[in-house]
Amino acid sequence: METNLAPLLPSAEVVLTALSVLLLDLFIRKDEKGLLVWISLIGLALAGGMALFLWGSHEGAFQDSILLDDFALFFTELFLGAAAITILSSVHYVRETNIHEGEFYALVLLSTFGMILMAAANDLILFFLGLETMSIGVYILTGMWRERSQASEAAMKYFLIGAFATGFLLYGIALIYGAAGSTHLGRIASALGQTKSHGSIILSAGVFLLFVGLAFKVAAVPFHFWVPDVYDGAPTPVSAFMAVAVKAAAFAGWARIFLYQLSPLQSEWTLPLKALAILTMTVGNLLAISQSSVKRMLAYSSIAHAGYLLIALVAGGESGGQALLFYLLSYAAMTFGAFGVLIALKEGENDHEAYSDFAGLGFKRPFLGMAMSLFMLSLAGFPPLAGFTGKFYLFRSAVVAGHIDLAIIGALNSLLSVVYYLRVIVMMYMEEGGAEGKPFARAPYLYLAIAIAVLGTVYLGVLPAPALDLSRISFISLH
Amino acid sequence: MSGDMILFFILASLSVIFSLLVIFPRNVVHSAMALAATLFFVAVLFLTLDAPMLAILQVLVYAGAIMILFLFVIMLLNPAALEGRRIAWWTLGSLAAVALLLELVSLFFYRPSPSGQPPVAAAFGGPETLAQSLFTDFALPFEIASVLLLVAIIGAVALAKREG
Repeated sequence: METNLAPLLPSAEVVLTALSVLLLDLFIRKDEKGLLVWISLIGLALAGGMALFLWGSHEGAFQDSILLDDFALFFTELFLGAAAITILSSVHYVRETNIHEGEFYALVLLSTFGMILMAAANDLILFFLGLETMSIGVYILTGMWRERSQASEAAMKYFLIGAFATGFLLYGIALIYGAAGSTHLGRIASALGQTKSHGSIILSAGVFLLFVGLAFKVAAVPFHFWVPDVYDGAPTPVSAFMAVAVKAAAFAGWARIFLYQLSPLQSEWTLPLKALAILTMTVGNLLAISQSSVKRMLAYSSIAHAGYLLIALVAGGESGGQALLFYLLSYAAMTFGAFGVLIALKEGENDHEAYSDFAGLGFKRPFLGMAMSLFMLSLAGFPPLAGFTGKFYLFRSAVVAGHIDLAIIGALNSLLSVVYYLRVIVMMYMEEGGAEGKPFARAPYLYLAIAIAVLGTVYLGVLPAPALDLSRISFISLH
Repeated sequence: MSGDMILFFILASLSVIFSLLVIFPRNVVHSAMALAATLFFVAVLFLTLDAPMLAILQVLVYAGAIMILFLFVIMLLNPAALEGRRIAWWTLGSLAAVALLLELVSLFFYRPSPSGQPPVAAAFGGPETLAQSLFTDFALPFEIASVLLLVAIIGAVALAKREG
């Protein structure tokens, strides 16, 4: 039997890197742990190179249960990039907090492996396994700062609620299997085409439960209660990783399952999804305004952005898919940047996460101040930054699909969000006192991560055409 | 009455007796042990129905893993805290039991005729057929499950090992 292993190449490379990091960690001294960072980064770069090399191919393996298409490769690159930035921005953080470096980097890599699987899986079993590998990795990462009780509390909360969400998802998968006779997405889609009446209640119930399970993972309202506490309690680089990569992975699965394979059922789930999008945007933004901690504000802001991304899923079609993928890229750049600046403010025991800690940062650390202003303006959706271009295409896709009301509510929500994003900038340039912020010499890797985020935010805003083309090609490759 | 029938009635009455022992003791740990025994007798019942794999899994997963989890939760929580609300639990539990009984009785009377279903092959559900599909059709999920377990092991060690 010949087996095509090409679709597994990048993910296998990530697992190998994780295993090498774990093994090497046993044999090196504490002051040599910097080596692990380099091995992780080189492994991620190699996996990225493999994904680039495979770009444009369209094949499946293991009875087509895993697919190699541009959509999977696009997300593979996104997750690899997210893992690299997470590792770069946590180098100094883990040393300050006595987190075990070897396990930390290995778990980031193994979660990334799970995410890559979620984007490539064409079978609900594989999708579920990928999701669990990712989730369990992230639960542990959340609790790895063991000296801090909030981190343990956050990990426990995240684990329990995540297990609950997994229950929904798994029950949904079981019902779909009962109705369609297969967990393979292609066969589920063909079963949908044949028997419209038979077992349709079981199928609808299954799809609904799958929907709820994924809504937990992207943190849509009303399944968002865990988000602020978990993001707040987790080590900040892990919060960034969760806000960007975990969310992107859930959206990748959502796009492949709902926008492509289950699209015949679109009329059934459009209305609940629309309600979910409106609720998520509005509640996220309203609660973000009343926060006094910037980290919690960013947690609520990530809920609001999940709402914007849901607009693209409601719109569907080519324009919706393109907008979804492009916005995920832009969102990744600006969110990593914002959390990165937050990490730079941490000094020893003191996290410096309140608004007042940002006071005067624009004069004390001009680079950090300028970068944070860029990220805040971009998150609020000011031109010519990535957030503006991304939102423009999101709202356009809603209008194209005939959901003008969604576009209007989205635009109003963006206006609302200006309030709390600008508050950070006002603090940085118009107040005094507050935290010092790390200088470049004490955290060069972190500065590198922030610089990459700045470049991404500006580039995607000023020259969006190549990335938009890439998003469109990737989404089309689903069909 | 054949030997099969006698065996069935012995096993069935034992599992009923032990499931009653789950409900009545005041000590929650005794209940848990009785539940383990019930699950074990149900496993033997599966064995008499020519489903050895199911029987083994029943013992491993339910009587083994899940019961241990139950005992952990009992040890972590304070079972005495639930004492005061016994009546509420009894009402809820009785309602659920009556609903389940109605469902089973109606299934018993209105069961669909088995003639439409072809009988399964003799090896169905056996360890051999399970292994066949696990290592051919589901080879990839099987391998990925090993990565998933690895993540869980690393996590357990990373979260539980002593600082120093």
